[in-house]
Amino acid sequence: MSGCQGCNSGAVAAHPEAHAVAIVGPPNSGKSTLFNRLTGLRQKVANYPGVTVEQRLGRARLEKGREVTLIDLPGIYSLAPRSEDEQVAHDILSGAMRDFPRPDAVLLILDSTNLSRQLMLAAPILALGLPSMVVLNMADELRSRGGEVDVEALSRQLGAPVALISAMRGEGLEPVYRFLGERGAAPGPVELPVLDDVPRCREWAARIGQRAAYQAPAPRLWTRRLDAVFLHPVWGPLIFGAVVVAVFQSIFSWARPLMEGVQSLVTRSGAWAGSLLPDSVLRSLLIEGVWSGVGSVLVFLPQILLLFLFIGILEDSGYLARAALIADRTMARVGLQGKSFIPLLSAYACAVPAILATRTIENKRDRIATILIAPLMTCSARLPVYTLVIAAFLPERPLVGPLLGTRAAAMLGLYLLGFLAAFGTARLLKSSVLKSERAPFVLEMPPYRRPAWRSLGLRLLDRSKVFLWRAGTVILGVAVALWILAHLPLRDGKAPPIEQSFAGSLGRAIEPVIQPLGFNWKIGVGLVTSLAAREVIVGTLGAIYGMDPDARSLGLQRALRKDLTPGGAVALLVFFAFAMQCMSTVAVVRRETGGWKWPLIQFAYMGALAYSGAFLANHLVG
Amino acid sequence: MLQLNVKRLPIAKPSSLLDLGQGEQGILDRLDLPAAVSRRLMELGFLPGSPVVAARSAPGGDPRVFRVDGAEIALRGETAARLMLR
Repeated sequence: MSGCQGCNSGAVAAHPEAHAVAIVGPPNSGKSTLFNRLTGLRQKVANYPGVTVEQRLGRARLEKGREVTLIDLPGIYSLAPRSEDEQVAHDILSGAMRDFPRPDAVLLILDSTNLSRQLMLAAPILALGLPSMVVLNMADELRSRGGEVDVEALSRQLGAPVALISAMRGEGLEPVYRFLGERGAAPGPVELPVLDDVPRCREWAARIGQRAAYQAPAPRLWTRRLDAVFLHPVWGPLIFGAVVVAVFQSIFSWARPLMEGVQSLVTRSGAWAGSLLPDSVLRSLLIEGVWSGVGSVLVFLPQILLLFLFIGILEDSGYLARAALIADRTMARVGLQGKSFIPLLSAYACAVPAILATRTIENKRDRIATILIAPLMTCSARLPVYTLVIAAFLPERPLVGPLLGTRAAAMLGLYLLGFLAAFGTARLLKSSVLKSERAPFVLEMPPYRRPAWRSLGLRLLDRSKVFLWRAGTVILGVAVALWILAHLPLRDGKAPPIEQSFAGSLGRAIEPVIQPLGFNWKIGVGLVTSLAAREVIVGTLGAIYGMDPDARSLGLQRALRKDLTPGGAVALLVFFAFAMQCMSTVAVVRRETGGWKWPLIQFAYMGALAYSGAFLANHLVG
Repeated sequence: MLQLNVKRLPIAKPSSLLDLGQGEQGILDRLDLPAAVSRRLMELGFLPGSPVVAARSAPGGDPRVFRVDGAEIALRGETAARLMLR
């Protein structure tokens, strides 16, 4: 699953003078695994200007300290520019992409276990006339299942060098590195089919495969055996449910020791740094403003990484496509389709990559509906708030033996709440403004594979960087601004009591509006700051209560228990479940839908839902 | 849009992919779909003359997975009903 690209958007242009090679291939051919294998940590993810397609650039290190820029293009079946992905691939390869130089060469990666079909993509790529190498991936799988191919004969047939590799194991990469190092020649003159004629292209691919003595491997028996279980009429949905529950329970119970570790590290380092500094305004700013603000968010890094790890494993193992298949009927009931399931599942991590992932949905109305409901799914930025409030108000007790505790159950309930709101909204939209005919649902089932730990690790590292970057910029900025607002205006050269500060006045100004929800002015300050990003409220409350001498010793949880009634606590949870408190999401929706109309409608709708939901919760729970 | 009740018609010979039972094979004759959709399906292997095997389906029977040209592709019944067999 792609990460929070919207958070550090902006184009990264390749240096025009540097040697740049594009990696092209169909989905599931191992393109990204090869890209990760060749570039390792030297990569950068951004977005192409003006479109939603993710731009991945990296540098591969060659002999004698030379480097080459690699461009990982989106997975495509053909170069006919119909979807946005294909348009980007087409524009870059033909040099028509604005502000982006045409690559000097192409690495075409194909799955060797289904070569005769995958070779179809070779025709339009070779027709570009760029120096190209055809990389046949999954050599280990081809051999183990009894398939074979004559690499040299294939190279003669295609007029381009061919390498047989395993990107996951890193085998057979020497010719690839050689190709990257040299300025290769354009493909030799070979007979190519009419590109618009799919049957001709397929015949051409079959003929080339035959001449290269291609022997397709035996069918993937394991994939069929596993599908017999995962798509079983009874076991399939049960396993699907169990997977979802297991993911949620484990990110709460497994993450706890790690989170406690980070917490004690933050507390101890804060105390240690505090003891080194003289008692001054600077110490107060650094320890109470900066460190407690950033630290309270840092604590959630292990949990968010675990969630991304699970989604990554599900995706890479091939189970996610089966999950989309199982989910399709349910999605169809609210007017969406199985393909919306993958963006919506990503939205459990972060709405920004989820909204970017909706580009795989060809139907425009389905796509907008998915974009509009994605921020209602429980993203990881809500976890810090949920965890804090649940831990403060709900004692942990086992419900279903050791499998499910009260806190995990409450968390599941909140996930369910977001889910129901999202699906109710989808139904509303698809039966009114976004009504459309059912779009055809076409989804390739990838074979089950062992996830490549290296790729997973790189992705997690990327997520941590994005998260820490956010903690280090947005959250740090808000923490400092809040500290300043909380310490001004000065009284006799000293900071005023918090309720008389600017922050306090701001909170008091909105208190009448939020009082019916059961919130006091302190929560109000948190609601204002969390408009930037939801998790900021934890740091804000940490700072507000940290500064309140009465609450200092109580800890955030006990302070909250003192200030909120159970009804107010539930209202706070409901408010965060529904409200669109995320500037990155607003920005990405504006970009994806091409204007302010949809993000404004979405913001107002979610705000109204949050307010009325919280109001009801406060009055019903009391 | 064609309705799913096509399946219920009493026919001797399967006429579309929808009529194939699990594990049964048919030879694709034509795609009765808009050009853009047909082309996408053809790129995935649904070419006239290709053998297609019905594999598993989602619980509840829809969508269904078809084995074609070395790959497994899931289609909803309404789409499968437009892929006619020889």
